Amino acid sequence: METRYGPRFSRRSLLLSTAALLVATSSKSTARTISGALPWEPNGGNPPVAAKFGPWEFFTVDEGRAMEALADRIIPPDPQTPGGKDSGSAVFVDRQLAGAYGSQEGHYVRPPFINGMKNQGAQSEGGPRKDYRDGLAALDKICKAREGGKAFADLTDDRKDAVLKDIEDGKLELEGIDGKSFFALAIKDVQTGFLADPIYGGNHDMAAWKMIGFPGARYNYLDWVSRHNEPYPLPPVSMVGRAEWSSNNSGAK
Amino acid sequence: MHKRNKLGGGIGAAALAAALFGGFQTASAGEIDSMNFTAVDRGRYLSILSDCASCHTVPQKNQPFAGGRPIETPFGSIVAPNITPDLQTGIGSWTDDQFDNAVRKGIGRNGERLYPAMPFNAYTKMSRQDVMAIRAYLSTVTAVYNPVVANTLPFPFNIRMSMRVWDGLYFTEGEYVADPHKSAEWNRGAFLVDGPAHCGACHTPKTFLGGDKTAQYLQGSPLQGWSAPNITNDTRTGIGGWSADDVATYLKTGHNRITAATGPMAEAVDLSTSKMTDDDVKAIATYLKSLPGEEKPQTAMAASSPEMRAGGAIYRDQCSACHGQDGKGVDRLFPAVANSSMARADDPTSVIRIVLRGARSVATDQEPTAPGMPSYGWQLKDEQVANVLNYVRNSWGNAAPAISPDEVGRLRASVAKRSD
Amino acid sequence: MARILPKKDVVIVGLGWTGSVMANELTDEGLDVIAIERGPWRDAPTDFPPSQMQDELRYRIRHELFLRPDQLTFTLRNKLDQQALPMRDWGAFMPPNGVGGGGVHWNGEMWRFLPSDFVLKTHLTQRYGAGFLPADMTIQDWGITYDELEPYYDRFEYLCGTSGTAGNLRGQIMEGGNPFEGPRSRDYPTKAQTQPFSHTLFAKAARELGYKPFPQPSGNLSTAYTNPHGLRMGPCTYCGFCEWFGCSNYSKASPQTTILPVLVRKDNFTARDNSEVVKINTDRSGKHATGVTFVDSSGETWEQPADLVILSAFSMFNAQLMLHSGIGQPYDPKTGEGRIGRNFTHQTISSVNGFFDKSKFNFNPFIASGSIGMCIDEFNGDNFDHGPLGFVGGGYVGQVQTGARPIESALTPPGTPKWGAAWKTAIKDNYLSTVKPGTGVHGSFYAYRDIYLDLDPLYKDRFGRPLMRMTIDIKENEAKQNRYLTDKFAEIIKAMGATSLAKTYRTAPYDATTYQTTHLNGGVIMGADPKTSAVNRYLQSWDVSNLFVLGASAFPQNAGYNPTLTVGALAYWAADAIRNQYLKKPGPLVDA
Repeated sequence: METRYGPRFSRRSLLLSTAALLVATSSKSTARTISGALPWEPNGGNPPVAAKFGPWEFFTVDEGRAMEALADRIIPPDPQTPGGKDSGSAVFVDRQLAGAYGSQEGHYVRPPFINGMKNQGAQSEGGPRKDYRDGLAALDKICKAREGGKAFADLTDDRKDAVLKDIEDGKLELEGIDGKSFFALAIKDVQTGFLADPIYGGNHDMAAWKMIGFPGARYNYLDWVSRHNEPYPLPPVSMVGRAEWSSNNSGAK
Repeated sequence: MHKRNKLGGGIGAAALAAALFGGFQTASAGEIDSMNFTAVDRGRYLSILSDCASCHTVPQKNQPFAGGRPIETPFGSIVAPNITPDLQTGIGSWTDDQFDNAVRKGIGRNGERLYPAMPFNAYTKMSRQDVMAIRAYLSTVTAVYNPVVANTLPFPFNIRMSMRVWDGLYFTEGEYVADPHKSAEWNRGAFLVDGPAHCGACHTPKTFLGGDKTAQYLQGSPLQGWSAPNITNDTRTGIGGWSADDVATYLKTGHNRITAATGPMAEAVDLSTSKMTDDDVKAIATYLKSLPGEEKPQTAMAASSPEMRAGGAIYRDQCSACHGQDGKGVDRLFPAVANSSMARADDPTSVIRIVLRGARSVATDQEPTAPGMPSYGWQLKDEQVANVLNYVRNSWGNAAPAISPDEVGRLRASVAKRSD
Repeated sequence: MARILPKKDVVIVGLGWTGSVMANELTDEGLDVIAIERGPWRDAPTDFPPSQMQDELRYRIRHELFLRPDQLTFTLRNKLDQQALPMRDWGAFMPPNGVGGGGVHWNGEMWRFLPSDFVLKTHLTQRYGAGFLPADMTIQDWGITYDELEPYYDRFEYLCGTSGTAGNLRGQIMEGGNPFEGPRSRDYPTKAQTQPFSHTLFAKAARELGYKPFPQPSGNLSTAYTNPHGLRMGPCTYCGFCEWFGCSNYSKASPQTTILPVLVRKDNFTARDNSEVVKINTDRSGKHATGVTFVDSSGETWEQPADLVILSAFSMFNAQLMLHSGIGQPYDPKTGEGRIGRNFTHQTISSVNGFFDKSKFNFNPFIASGSIGMCIDEFNGDNFDHGPLGFVGGGYVGQVQTGARPIESALTPPGTPKWGAAWKTAIKDNYLSTVKPGTGVHGSFYAYRDIYLDLDPLYKDRFGRPLMRMTIDIKENEAKQNRYLTDKFAEIIKAMGATSLAKTYRTAPYDATTYQTTHLNGGVIMGADPKTSAVNRYLQSWDVSNLFVLGASAFPQNAGYNPTLTVGALAYWAADAIRNQYLKKPGPLVDA
């Protein structure tokens, strides 16, 4: 079977940043003294770090397969709109886990780690990387045990859904990890990738935004504030533009 | 040895100190006594008009007039010398004649020719009295020990003998002569523009030898990775659509209803024109508004062309955030791009560069906001920069020659290493 | 060993709203001022340009502009007998970081408190009797009245160019404004913003139910404006990326747009960024501040001596620095004694989402600004009779939806599965026709004996100092208040024509994981009585007379409104006291 690595990205997205995938918290982190005038330098600022096209950066091949299958059940494909897999949600999760989200960058990770009340917030040392490693492995393991030796990705869609529903309802437990929490995490991350800007790997070609009617990274709606109950006509645009920005692609303005 | 008064800095402190401490000797007892407050203050103002501080001071370094700043020329960089009164490394031991020769004749202390990075061909319009007043002022600023190696041009430009030829071609010595048919205000403006304010140094295009193309006086010129605009009355590319008040306001505050000063002009406004008197900026405006414009016709690109449509999409999605869907911007916050001579200048260097790298407009006391334009170089490909600029430059009453993606690419590469 | 810097007249800790206001005032007075800010310098063209600001993942979900918990965080518990645990990632609130502070990423909602809010204890006792208040409620009067603060409210409103419709103009109730507001001396500097569809629909429904809706006073401007400092701002373009985000086009009031460009041009002002103040230093008597100690981003420790110390680091960090510096006796909930840490409050927030028929309603919900909204104030403060209801307090309710960024706004009606084809269809069918007010119910949070701040016994920050511990819960009074307000709010949403509603109440236990605004207050409260407050009515520390503590840390309890306008007004009020009284005769301005 052909290995899918996710949707292709334009060369521009590769050029967006040469920095590592770890998200910088600020562009300037050395102390300065400011007086006399507002600071200025050319090319200032901190453009977003785009997800790079290519093989998995965090997932193993098996984990990637499981994640894609999971993404396609959380957001199934239909004739109008791709599902979680083809829109890139698994790629999104992979790149996020490889980066600052996965490493819990910026979180307070000092010990001791004591379990408290749920409303006191997560006290997990491992973070999302551990959750996905453990969760995807446990998912495949339980499927192999329960479903005639098949990994999650090899089940029929109906069987996949059944397994997931049982996990969601607490009827099926995963080994070494709270299955309900893990599935909730996966739902959150897959859906986030589906609805985030395409530069992060998901929502390929702004498919989700087109589906729901979100016009994307726009800034000026002054001429539409008072137009009540009329459909907004412009197509969505991402932070790296849309097809119409190039002259061999421009259709309507 | 001559005693130096180390209390320098602002003119007020220096002059006051000079007045209070008797027995104070200048390094050279010149024509104008540096204790003559009126002359010194006049010299201070003339030095502002002439913007000496700009070239002769390293930015952000708190050593006014101490030199050391590299001045970019098409031939390489020349480092501006130290013109503080320091005896060893400044001009403290120069005679008045030597100073005057440098400023108005382009002849250095040892008889060598100066490069026209020092705009002696404009300063020649000043009188000796003017220059002596500047000298008196400069002798009151803080002396700074700062040896500067000035001659850093590459071979063969470092051979100053060649300047004799250049002077022969391009230098006409002589003080400003008033035109009796024009008003006093016009004459003052002409004197300022062609003399101390040396506007042509940036705004008049240069021959390949670096002399003025006098036939295109003040019609705009590229320099330092920017394009200085046309400041004649051409309606499309110059200030033909500006009122005299617009010009005066721009010079005084750095902003007007059409545009804002940025890049090298921001520095000129900050250090020089914003500190001119209201009468002087008005005079400059009166003079500039009298200059005829070339009025070369230019047809706008067709709105239906693929480049224009693509540019319109980019403009709608991005630029309209600040410049408005109608291109009119917000008064003295975001410059108008609609019907803007700055946006549709024939030389697109400045507009391309602003889009790629961003820009900060100048802050003055009257207009302290100093809004900035973000850099789009990371987001827009060369072709997209060309598209959006072609759209802006050919919509809402604008018409300008088309920009190609290659042009953008070349400029992107050439400014990549600049720090400004 | 800290390196000692040249002495300044004034050192300001934190360059957010209050730091910027105070810096500008004191430099105008001719003093030599240095401001030290923990986070980086921020500016619109470099840090929040329109090419990258519309990034929900980066700025909302990963909250990149905010303080990182690993730089500084808090521990949290609900009850005195519980172990507090660290907030390892933010949830209930998001502390600011960087020049501009919360003023960069706030919504710009600009509310005045009610006159009765400033004399709350007196007022409620008079109306309902002391026995009506819960025994453990520790609300207080502020030591200042609305009338005294009014000119400063006006000042901050004009600084920001606030867009609104006056409701009470010098005693005259004006049509279209908030009829309950305290009298204002003049109209707003700019007119109210134009409201999008769902917000006008809310107003219509509210009116039909007999309420008096009015536009939320907004720091996102309706027109171009030049403020009293000569700084120019532009009109808000309804981008829908307001709270959590910086404003790209100079149309949201912030220190950057209203003060800083003028401030940095002054010779007598300097700012240091990426430098965290870790201690306010005092002399041996403990009664006089000598300056501050700070650590820069390279780890170098410095001492900045100064004659006057202004603590403007955000409410919670003010309290924490006071505790770490040993200034003022820490509060003990068991004895009720102590100044620092008492009367800690948050905001009581809930909302009602409405799902509408997509064939009849298209709200274009992505068209919005941070302070857009139509609100009613009938249920705020003591604007209504609490007698039969059994609680005190209240808040405004309104359709104050600030945008519809998809990750958080692709909602589904109750009962919809959370994943699968049904979910996908549901977000498609509902995105454009959902009303999601956000902080639609914005209620007060009164003070209690056992809701307080102190230092944690177990967890430490990166300098080895104890984290500050928050003990906080939702009391029955607030839960009742919220239930009442939420139900009233739901009626209006329903009357708009919603097919179904999703109502959430705010209930105990206080949840550290769900966002409830960053309106954290108290800990260094102002008051007339030095036994039960930390600063006097001029925000001057009772303990150290050359220390002023600005911010919502001064609030003795929280009212049913967003805090920033009151925070800004108090900063101007304190600045006036320093300029006109303190500098002429340094020392306590109020007899202890």
